[in-house]
Amino acid sequence: MASYEVESEVTGNVWKVLLKPGAAVSEGDVIMILESMKMEIPVEAPHNGTLAEVLVQPEDQVEEDQLLAIIQAAQA
Amino acid sequence: MVDKVLVANRSAIARRVIRACHDLGLASVALYSEADADAPYLAEASQALPLPGHQALETYLNQDLILRAAEQSGADSIHPGYGFLSENAEFAARVVKQGLTFIGPDPKWLAAMGDKVAARKLFADQGFPVFAGSDRLADEDSARQEAERIGYPVMLKPAGGGGGMGMEVVHDPEQLSNALQRAKTIAQRAFGDGAVYLERWLSHPRHIEIQVMGDGQGRALHLFERECSVQRRNQKLIEESPAPNISRSQVVELAENAARVCTQLGYNNVGTLETLFTRQSAAQPSTAQAGEFGFLEMNTRIQVEHGVTEMVTGVDLVQQQILLAGGAGLPVEVKQQGFAIEARVYAEDAQTLLPSTGQLHRFHYPRLFGVRVETGYQQGQIVTPYYDALLAKVIACGDTREMAIGRLLVALQAFEIVGVSTNIVLLQKVLKDPCFLAGEVDTGIIARMLGE
Repeated sequence: MASYEVESEVTGNVWKVLLKPGAAVSEGDVIMILESMKMEIPVEAPHNGTLAEVLVQPEDQVEEDQLLAIIQAAQA
Repeated sequence: MVDKVLVANRSAIARRVIRACHDLGLASVALYSEADADAPYLAEASQALPLPGHQALETYLNQDLILRAAEQSGADSIHPGYGFLSENAEFAARVVKQGLTFIGPDPKWLAAMGDKVAARKLFADQGFPVFAGSDRLADEDSARQEAERIGYPVMLKPAGGGGGMGMEVVHDPEQLSNALQRAKTIAQRAFGDGAVYLERWLSHPRHIEIQVMGDGQGRALHLFERECSVQRRNQKLIEESPAPNISRSQVVELAENAARVCTQLGYNNVGTLETLFTRQSAAQPSTAQAGEFGFLEMNTRIQVEHGVTEMVTGVDLVQQQILLAGGAGLPVEVKQQGFAIEARVYAEDAQTLLPSTGQLHRFHYPRLFGVRVETGYQQGQIVTPYYDALLAKVIACGDTREMAIGRLLVALQAFEIVGVSTNIVLLQKVLKDPCFLAGEVDTGIIARMLGE
């Protein structure tokens, strides 16, 4: 089963984590919302599957390209 | 008495206020967070004091710390700039209570205009045009009733908000419940007040605002308009004066109306009345757009885009703020001459609009005739995620709108920024767009250009 890494596109901090590990996700579902330069940046699931891991929590500072979550792909 | 001004802000506006102090022969005190320790405005002030920390809450929003810095530095007045504490009535009142001069309107105006519902009512009562809207919504049932009365689509807005944050469009009754919850959550988080209200939603209106100033003693005047419709995510990108493609007499009538209301209210210092303009659908393409104005909100501070007005009126608005706060009178007469246009250079991707942070390995901006650049950055400095993404404001003037736009394009082309992404390509695209050049602007223009 393929897994997909969800990385941060910006440097900033985690505002809200909306989904918990184990949640079923569809491509485009918002997993968490980051905040950078007074803007809210939604982090979306890149693929259908299950949210296997969430590696950050609210208030955490994140760097660009930092791993935020891992999605286990649904079987084709 | 104003002799020594503490500037409770950062970056471009801190620099702008420090320059105005210098021009008036006054001393200035700069404040800086750890993230701003390399910013150029520190060296330009008479004195600079550190604010420990990076986050806005621990630094530029930290009232106790700022008031202590004022005491420590011997400043007799505080200029709040824009954003941060500039429209915080509690802070302004504390400044006054400490025996200092708040460079801005009386704290009562910050409170009155900060409550967006009360401000709408205040202006409506004075005969200023206001679009249909509700009071603060008590619950979902009243939200439903009010939405029916105003007519869908409606806009949910935070009562304590402003600046385009936390707004939700509701197209039909089925969406209302969820939208109401979301809007309340964002309002609570962003403004510490979960109250929301409804307003008629306008499809792609124009955003036109009127600059005013008053002496608080029965005299107020307007400094004409700024057209600010070119926005992304409800944030302004390009502003100009005069507004193109609209009846001059209708704009002047609006501006005179704004001055009249401010006179009647006894408003003091500078302020801006933001209005929306909605076109009549049957407007002829070759004639100026016909339509109606409605009050949006009043900003009780200097605006980011104040330079546009300065260039067409010759009035230095920041100096005026300081002079008015010190008890001076208003200019006798203000005229609008020529054309001015501003572009905001943001540290963000021109296509995705995502913010971009990093070190400015190269940061060069042009010095050109008829062009003014306001920036809080210099080469080598780090653009951090802690504050907004504004890198520079570029303001060009000209005898014609075309000349001002042409100069702005030349100036943007001459920027060299390496280390962060910028929106300069998007700004250039807008400034060459046939609709924009024809003055056919509204708040949907960027979304259309990005193909959203």
